Order: sequence, then structure tokens, then C-alpha cells
Amino acid sequence: MSAPAAQRPTARPGLPRPGTTGLVYLALLAVLLAGAALAAARGQELLTTANTVDLLTRSSLLGLVAIGQTLVILCRSLDLSVGYVMALSSVVGATAMAGQGSRIWLGVAAVVLVAGLVGLANGLIVTRLKVNPFITTLGMGLIIKGYLDTRYKGPAGDVPAEFQLFGYTRIGVVPLSFAVMAAVAVLAVVFLRRTRTGVHMYAVGGDAEVARMSGVRADRPLLAAHVLCAVTAGLAGLLIAARFGTGSTLVYSSGYELESIAAVVLGGTYLLGGRGGVGGTVAGVLVLATLDTVFNVLGVDPFFKDVLRGTVVIAAVALYARRQVDRAATPPRFPPPPLLPPLLHRRTGGRP
Amino acid sequence: MTGTAQAPLLRMRGVGKSFLGVPVLRDVDLQVRAGEVHALVGENGAGKSTLMKILAGVHRADAGTVELGGARVDFDHPVRAREAGVATVFQEFNLLPERTVAENVFLGREPRGRGLRAGVDARAMEEETGRLLEELGLTALSPRTPVRALSVAEQQIVEVVKAMAQSARIITMDEPTAALAGAEVELLYRLVRRLQERGTAVLYVSHRLQEIFDLSDRITVLKDGALAGTVDTGATGHAGLIRMMVGRPVSAVFPPKAEGTRTGGVRLEVSGGGNRWLDGIDLRVRAGEIVGLAGLQGSGRTEVAHALFGIDRFTRGELRIDGERVAVRSPRRAVRSGLALVSEDRKTQGLALHRSVLDNGRLVLDAVMPLRSRERARRLPGLFSSLELVARSPAQEVRFLSGGNQQKVVLAKWLAAAPSVVVLDEPTRGIDVGAKHAVYTLVRRLAAEGAAIVLISSELPEVIGLADRVLVLRDGRIAGELPGGAAEESVMGLAVGAAPARAGGEADR
Repeated sequence: MSAPAAQRPTARPGLPRPGTTGLVYLALLAVLLAGAALAAARGQELLTTANTVDLLTRSSLLGLVAIGQTLVILCRSLDLSVGYVMALSSVVGATAMAGQGSRIWLGVAAVVLVAGLVGLANGLIVTRLKVNPFITTLGMGLIIKGYLDTRYKGPAGDVPAEFQLFGYTRIGVVPLSFAVMAAVAVLAVVFLRRTRTGVHMYAVGGDAEVARMSGVRADRPLLAAHVLCAVTAGLAGLLIAARFGTGSTLVYSSGYELESIAAVVLGGTYLLGGRGGVGGTVAGVLVLATLDTVFNVLGVDPFFKDVLRGTVVIAAVALYARRQVDRAATPPRFPPPPLLPPLLHRRTGGRP
Repeated sequence: MTGTAQAPLLRMRGVGKSFLGVPVLRDVDLQVRAGEVHALVGENGAGKSTLMKILAGVHRADAGTVELGGARVDFDHPVRAREAGVATVFQEFNLLPERTVAENVFLGREPRGRGLRAGVDARAMEEETGRLLEELGLTALSPRTPVRALSVAEQQIVEVVKAMAQSARIITMDEPTAALAGAEVELLYRLVRRLQERGTAVLYVSHRLQEIFDLSDRITVLKDGALAGTVDTGATGHAGLIRMMVGRPVSAVFPPKAEGTRTGGVRLEVSGGGNRWLDGIDLRVRAGEIVGLAGLQGSGRTEVAHALFGIDRFTRGELRIDGERVAVRSPRRAVRSGLALVSEDRKTQGLALHRSVLDNGRLVLDAVMPLRSRERARRLPGLFSSLELVARSPAQEVRFLSGGNQQKVVLAKWLAAAPSVVVLDEPTRGIDVGAKHAVYTLVRRLAAEGAAIVLISSELPEVIGLADRVLVLRDGRIAGELPGGAAEESVMGLAVGAAPARAGGEADR
């Protein structure tokens, strides 16, 4: 078969460029090294055992929330109710356990059920009633907040000592909660790669119309994402309960919804969906946690810490945006003459 | 040689379709045989796209029947059509740029493996995609490349492979070469021939005569929504085909030149204008003159308007207004320099739909010349009445007006700024006959008042009937110039690149 012209190397197989996920891990490494260097310059150590444990514990909590948030954002949706779901779950879990070791599983099941129902409600409102997810989940968050504020005036329930181990056990420097978060992350990665629902999340987030035209039932991935997101937020709530020993309603004011979105975006997932993944998100979470640790070690003013964090997130997204300028545009019919080659030419020509 | 030997794979009979009471297809027959490349041609708005979309399940026909392989079908959704073996490669791709070639090919039908490879089987998808690409002789394309890294031609290939993976029996391509560069066209040619060898029927929608004669076995011509005929490609030539495409009786009557219209000095002059979409644009319009811009969709008509108005400005060449060289870097600059653009899409680009008639009329004045706006706004009521605008009051929101009246508001908005050059892009699209006539009269009057006018329209009679001169665009260049009142055939000839016209010496890339 004669097709020499077709063999023109149009596609670029072989070595892929370092993907965005790779870049985030490089950034994580850079932040770690820079932080360690700064600390060393002040005669301090960044990764002491205490600091490492603190860093990983912090990451496990935010990580759980951010993994769920990743799924939702991949579908071009958003969940602003995760903080409230966490608070609700910590209360539900702690009250259901009622201080008895035998009721641990009852507590866990109750949390999964309640959180799953909240996520299902979110998903149904977004897909069936076509309410913008921003408004849907903001409203859902307010509903949960109202319920918690009227029903509970303070900490509620009692977490048995066995379950508190979930918050404090560690293997070496790795807290059990971090291992759980990592396991959930692995499950999420497999889910996104190996199940049709997972694969279709990318399709729906990338272009819902294309997905529909290809025979994908576009509502399903979105529903699944909202349910799973609420469930991971529920797990984070359980972790909070385990650490506090009781259900805490006030967790919702800790700003987990926005911080989880920041972690997802920092991890290279497009806020508009269709691209990214859980791997990047975990790195994003670790970057944020490392920054916190570095700021603590350096004794940065806590308010100024927020300024720095905000700057980092915006800078990262600006960087990603640069990488994808004009990607979608149709190629010009009369492309401008390339600027670089003539310059090079002149230079080499100038020096015989 | 009408298919007696072989039953047609696709048989569409008496197909009709109306949109909002306006018939766009009437009693159209189309037969395509297996392994045939069948070209579907016709002017802008002849009904090709509608016919194609009916076949693809995007629209449903109001009348007529569609048979596929002898069985009657009626697709209510594009997915049904795909399942039945009818695939369509639209101009806007149905691909996910962030996913790989293989993932796109199998989207919605991902194979699932067993055992260790349980779940979506990426390797199986890649292998099968690779096999199909090989079958097309395209081993250079990797199934693992993300689609965003592909050229337009390669994306078309992915669409075709996607169709093949669903064992399509007929593949429709909607102007597949519209966005391709020269070398890529060659790739597409080979792809079409390969499909033909496999026995797949290809319905090829195109304006470009060269391609049609290079590739097709038979040609079906549509004109004004009706069938003009089906011919064997070997039995016809360029001139004959163009004759089938055009030549309708002139239905509209265009107002004569307004009294006292005199052609004055050059008001708008472009020499050697070019940007990403255009090249070598030379354009001179005198005061009182109407210059028409004709050309097929995508030939660069709207791009000229946008370049003049600073939306996607000329990056090469020179632009002069009233003899003065101007650098129109933004629409604001354009307005200040005396330009007005009545844009193609009045609903999204011309009007603030939720604001009142008066607010819309004052929009340009308030935005660009606020100091003199009150004084000039006094002209608005007079303008509205001279345009015969029908609105309950100047405070009515424009979204409640008819298309024709909305367009009059757009025109008034610009006239209030007293421009010296007026560019009208499809000024009569989607408005009724009476309103069209009002627009024509207004254009004449503007010319009489000494404005230089550039008129862009897909409706050939309109351009020919109103303009003093007609420039025909093709592939972003000016293909030739004709006097007003020229035959539709000669304009069409230049637009599709058939006639050896004055500018025809330039080689098609």
C-alpha cells in the first residue's frame, strides 16, 4: 500500500511531555526543598518527626475532601457543601457510636448513608432540576448549617476510644488517617481509569454534548460524582470526630470547601472539567500542607499565611492557563511567519 | 446508468422539512449506493445541511421516507443513526480534545476486559484503534495521542475511525476540506478512497468543484431546498454543474438608486490587507458606492468585516479612511474613525436584548462619543420613524420585537453616529420580505448621503442587485471582481474556483 505522504510524522508518539500531574509533583519537591533550605538558614529543621506527622495528618483531612471534589470538578460541577457535610457527618457518626466500641460500624454506616443522601440530593438537583451546581451546593450547605445550628448547641455524641485510634495511630511517621486517604485516592484513580462511569466523567466534563452524541448517559457520571464527593466528605467528618472524640458542628467554618477546590486546581485539574485527576490533587494537597508547615516553622504571621497561599494558588492556575492558550482555536489559514527561525538564521548567517 | 444493477444502500424519497413554517427542503430524493462517493452540492442555504442532519438523526423530516439497506428507518436521535450505521463527520468535531484517540473512538462503548484486566480495557481500545488506523494506511497516528495535539485533518481521521469502529455503512462528510491546508487535503482524498474500497458509501458535502470532480462518482445538486438533479460525475463539467446550482428567477425587486446618488472620492481603502484568515485584500470604496462581498461560507467575508472593524484586525497592509491612514486596533477605534458594522448575528453582537429600543439606539453614542451623545440622540426618533420601526414605545425591550424591527434598531444605532463607512454583514438574514425591502431602501439612501458601503450577503441576488461592484472571496483571498448586475453563474464560478476569471491565474494551494 503506497502511502508515503500519510507517513508524514503527523502524530507525536513516543515520549509524552511531562504532564500537569508530573509538574505538580515537581512543584511539591521544589516547595519541600526550598522550605527545608529556608528553615535551615534559620538553623531549624523542616521535617522533624512532629512536623511530618502534622503535615501528613493535615493532608489526610483535606485530601479526603479534595479527592471527592476532584470527581465533581472533573464533571464540570462543583461542591460547596463539603464543609457542612463534614460537620454533619462528625455529629451523625459520634451520636450513632454513642461511646460504644460495638457501635463503630453503625456510626460509619450512618455517615455513609447520610452523606450519600446529601450527595444524591445535590446530584439530582443539578441534573434533573438543572440548577447551577454553585447555587445547589451553596443552598444545600446552608440547609445543613441551619439544621446543625438549631439542633446542636455544641459538641455532640461520643466517639469510643477504639475509633479515636483512627485519628491518632501511626505507623512510623505515617498516620493511619493518611494511609486511609491514600487508599481512597488509589481507589478513586482506579475508578476513573477502569469503570465506564469514571471514564465518562471526563467525557461529560469535557463536553457534555459530545458525550451525549456518543451515546453516554450524561447524568449518571455527574450523579455518581456528587454522591462520591459527599461520601468522602463524610469520611473526613468521621476523621474529625475521631480526633476530637466527639461530633463537632463548627468544622464547617474551617473553609474546607474552598481549600479543597484550591487543592484540586493546584493539582492541575481544570476548573471547567474534563481534564486532570486524583494523582494531581493529592500532590496539590501536599503542597498546601507543606506550605503551612513551612510557614509555621518560619513563624509567618497567620494572616499573612493566607495571602501567600492565595498567591500560590492563583500563580499556579495562571501557569496552567499559559500552557493551554489557543489550543482549541482552529489553525489560521495564513499563519504569521514564525518569529524565531529568521532570527536564528540571521545570527548564524552573521557569524561565518 | 441509473442504479439498476445494484439496489441503493440509502434511499431518501420525497423528504421535506420546515423550520417555523419556512420550508427549507421540499420533496428531495437522494440515492447512495454502497462503495460510492456521492457529492452533495448547492449554494449556501440550498438545504444540504438540513438534508444531512435529517440523515444523521439531528432533525426529523416532516415528509418523505428514508430507507437504509432496503429497510425503512426513522432516526429520532443521532445515537440511533450511528447504531444503524450512519455516521456523520460534522464541521465542528464531536471529539474530546483532552482524551486520547482511542478513548475518543470508543467513547460510550468502552470494552470491558476480564480477570486482571477487569474494567475498561484501555489496551483493547488502543489495539483495535491501531488496527483500524492501519487499515486506513495511517500508521503514523498513535492511538494514545491526545486529540488536542492533532491537526484538523487528523481529527477528521479520528472521526472516521470512530465511525468505522461502529461499522458505519455510510459516512457523511460536511465540507471536510474547509479547514484543511493543501497537504492535508491529499490525506483526506486517500482516506475517502480507502473507505470506498472497503465498500463504505461516502456522502460528500462540498462547495469545491475540484474536489467533487476528483472524488465523486455521482453528484446530487440542491437548489433552494429542492432537488435540481443527480448526475454522473463523468457526464458533466464545471460549467454544467454551476448552471444547475444557480439560475433561479429573480424574485426580489431591488429599489433603484436613490436620486442624487453621486460617486465621490475614495472613503475606504485597504491595500494588501491580511491577517490569520485573509491575505492580499485590496478594497476601495468611494462615497456613494455600494461594494458587495460575495463568497461561500468560510471564504472570509465576515473576516473582512471583522478586520475592518478591529475585531480581528489586519496585521498586514494598510487601511485608509477618507484618505487618512488609520490603525483600527479595536471596535472603539473603528467607530471613532467613522466605521459602522452591522454584524452578522444581531441577537448576540448587535443588541442588548433586555434593554429598551431607545437604550439600544443610544448605545454607540453613549459608549464612544458621550460628549455629543445627547445632541445626536435627538436624531433617533427621526431615524426610527424613517426606518418604519414598529414598536409599542421607545421604552419597549428589543427582545419583544420581530427580527426585522430588531435589525432596524441596530441600523438606527449606527446611523445615529453618522458613520462615513458602513459595513453590513448579512443585514437581511432571518427577516421578512417587507423588512428586507426597508433595509434595501435604507442602504440606497445611505449611499445617496455619501456613505461608502460594504455589503456582505450569502444571498447572491441581493449582492448582485444592490452593489455597484461585487468582489468575490475564496479561501481568504479575493478571487475576482465583477460589475453589479453580473450573472449569478459568474459569481458562483469565482466563488467555487471554476471559472478562469481575471484573478484565476493564482494557483489554488
